[in-house]
Amino acid sequence: MGKWTRRGFIAAGVVSGGVLMVGVGIREGHRAPKLADMMTEDGETLVNVWVKLAPDNTITAIVPHSEMGQGVFTSMTQMLADEMDADWQTVTFEQAPAHEAYANYPLGREFLMGDTKVPGFVQDSLNGGFLRIAQSMGLQITGGSTAVRFTGMGGMRIAGAAAREMIVKAAAKSWDVPARELRTENSYVHHIASGRSEPYASFAEQAGKYSPPTQPTLKTPDQYTLIGKSLPRFDIPAKTDGTAEFGIDVDLPGMKYAAVMGPPVLGAETVAMDATYAQDMPGVIKVLDKGSFVAVVADGYWQAENAIRQLDVTWSETGAESLSQTDVFAQLRAAMADAGDKGKEDVAVGNVHKATDSAARVYEAEYSVPFLAHAAMEPLNATAWVRDGKVDLWSGLQNPLAVRDEIAGATDSKKSDVTVHNVFLGGGFGRRSNPDYPLMAVEIAKEFDHPVKMIWSREQDTQQDWYRPASVSRFRAGLDEEGMPVSWDNLFTQKHDPPEASHIPYKIDNQLIHYAHVDHHVRFGPWRSVDHTQHGFFIESFIDELADQAGMDGYQYRRKLLQHSPRYLAVLDAAAQAANWGRDVPEGRGLGIALVDSFGTVVAQVVEVDVTGPEPKVVHVWCAADPGYAMNPDGFVAQIESGIIYGLTAALYGDITIEDGAVVQSNFHDYPMLRMSEAPEISVEIINSGAKVGGGGEPGTPPIAPALANAVFAATGVRVRSQPIANFQEGLS
Amino acid sequence: MAETRFTVNGDEQIVDMDPTTPLLWVLREQLKLTGTKFGCGIAQCGACTIHLDGTPVRSCSTPLAAADGAELTTIEGVASGDGTHHAVQAAWIEHQVPQCGYCQSGQIMSAVALLRDNPSPTDADIDAAMSGNICRCGAYGRIRAAIKTAARA
Repeated sequence: MGKWTRRGFIAAGVVSGGVLMVGVGIREGHRAPKLADMMTEDGETLVNVWVKLAPDNTITAIVPHSEMGQGVFTSMTQMLADEMDADWQTVTFEQAPAHEAYANYPLGREFLMGDTKVPGFVQDSLNGGFLRIAQSMGLQITGGSTAVRFTGMGGMRIAGAAAREMIVKAAAKSWDVPARELRTENSYVHHIASGRSEPYASFAEQAGKYSPPTQPTLKTPDQYTLIGKSLPRFDIPAKTDGTAEFGIDVDLPGMKYAAVMGPPVLGAETVAMDATYAQDMPGVIKVLDKGSFVAVVADGYWQAENAIRQLDVTWSETGAESLSQTDVFAQLRAAMADAGDKGKEDVAVGNVHKATDSAARVYEAEYSVPFLAHAAMEPLNATAWVRDGKVDLWSGLQNPLAVRDEIAGATDSKKSDVTVHNVFLGGGFGRRSNPDYPLMAVEIAKEFDHPVKMIWSREQDTQQDWYRPASVSRFRAGLDEEGMPVSWDNLFTQKHDPPEASHIPYKIDNQLIHYAHVDHHVRFGPWRSVDHTQHGFFIESFIDELADQAGMDGYQYRRKLLQHSPRYLAVLDAAAQAANWGRDVPEGRGLGIALVDSFGTVVAQVVEVDVTGPEPKVVHVWCAADPGYAMNPDGFVAQIESGIIYGLTAALYGDITIEDGAVVQSNFHDYPMLRMSEAPEISVEIINSGAKVGGGGEPGTPPIAPALANAVFAATGVRVRSQPIANFQEGLS
Repeated sequence: MAETRFTVNGDEQIVDMDPTTPLLWVLREQLKLTGTKFGCGIAQCGACTIHLDGTPVRSCSTPLAAADGAELTTIEGVASGDGTHHAVQAAWIEHQVPQCGYCQSGQIMSAVALLRDNPSPTDADIDAAMSGNICRCGAYGRIRAAIKTAARA
């Protein structure tokens, strides 16, 4: 790996050696003719890969992320425009095409340089060969709450600042005045002393001749004019009048429609298929046996879907046909028993065994969570057109560049013959980072000259997912005379990502955190906040149990263990104060608190639950969140609200179960979602602590399940150690 | 096949398709009105909500035959003829309701019907009218606030 320098980040195109292509924030147009071809129209100067300046002085930010509801186009553009002193009224954005030059370089840089860990599921993809790190740093992924904290902080801001400096330098030369006498505002350069003002575009040609600055000066928060403002999102008007184009809305001439069906037991292959009846059904064009799935192509989707339900398919036996939900958990517990004291080590501090043996007493508890599906509102779909040696793919993708590489590999095409058109994602939550569905669309479409739109039924979407893993976690804590922990021994199953998800924020001198693993055919996929979703529940429930053992209030107990971290304390205090923690609540209600640090953002939540009905109802959630600095406060709040509802849905109802090796649930009637009548009031307080900027999309999710479980305990005295929590009373009878 | 005649957003349509075809697919694939979304196919999520003679229905589970002679309104027909946003759409923008946005056509169709029949709905009225529409991004709080804003408009 080449030596990484600050200069390299901004000015270099390629790190030498032919091994890695780690990108740059800024390039001169003439060094990247391919980019210039792709992104510029006549008269435009390509100042750098993340920003375009047109002759009419409009500025276009090029955003290498996917829009799946997190407002990324707006927040990225906002960060660039602020540093550039651009006129917000004339700034627009384009979504970067799936091309190496737009790969998520800052993310790659952080990964390669190790100053911040890239979410591990990205790493998994690398290891799994989805991304050819040997050929290029093919990251263009939206996930791991990375957009603002990596691309925004490391790319968009620097691009904007560098572009501004180059324009100022050009203006200084043109006017023959010192650069320090120039002011920039609203996409204009001003020289106060001489009264001159010119739009940025006047200097674009000259600016394009300079090498970019190696270290453009970034603004400090007191200089922000756009960052930190709740600017309205670009994508919202089109999402209120039906014009926003999602993958499922793509329409092409001569297009036909495909329905698909995968094996009930994941991993099975077709042995035989009887299509006698289906192939004569109205509108059916072709029935396809693709080995790992079957498909029906028809004139309309409904015809295809009707026909596929009439196929008689025999699937191979994989050995998993007898697996039940009980077996899954028995396997997990058996792996834990095998691991015993010697699970794979995650954290080892002090001497847990000695401390536990000499503790005043020992307290133990075991928790579990079930599999979860993603259930994005837009069922998975992709439209492919394979003809004349070229492949075009339209879909909502969290990692379009990797999908392009996968398609090139699967069709034996040159990457340059594969074009991926990324459109709005009707929810992603991790599911749309997997390339399985676009590849299926290509597999189908290559049998035809015309484009084919493949749509999954909701049933397929639920049963052919990559799941949040079922997992078990067991704790054993040594407590001193006051009930404070002197040791923390945690054995859990199914470690994925991020690696620190099982770590605790609390100061406990002796810690052993270790894990066992069971390979299931129920395949793993990153699910909003990935491992934090289960560890948040495990850790924050157990710490609450310890508080109860100590006869202490859960909030005060946490405070005692967080004295080393003013940041954690501030967030915890803010949530508790917002909820008026400690107040009397009516009979049948309870308050619960939890704190989780994930993706660089610290979040505390207090839940007020009402247990007087047939199921617990969350009345109100008070949330305090410290992302370091919220770039677009209302957008950040919306993300936190969303994370809470997503996590609450899972905590209350989420339960994918396995019988005869297959997923039992199929649609919203048996995999229920939180609805308007069950939605709590949510209050979010942002703490801009100035800490390193964290993510927004995921950190709202992990604390809600334990805060709810702790509130149920406060209301009922019943400790909830498994999910879904809506069923908590069933375990009592 | 049989001809089915109806209007969509005021435009007359004659469709020659299997009358059992769900209206959702007629709108999306035949008439290219893709603002109405497919979510579940079993009337559980509300993403496909349209108005049939003014009543909100789940178009994924309403056969084409049911539209014979009817007036349909989809998300594309909610704004007034000159393109001015409906009060519900304006409130949706003011409250920055949509995130991924996929469910929002259905949400807006349910909200428009609610406010037409009940210009000042209570929280319970909103719960009753809107609980058939799932939002996986969890925009429920903003939807509720936007409905109240639209009610005041």
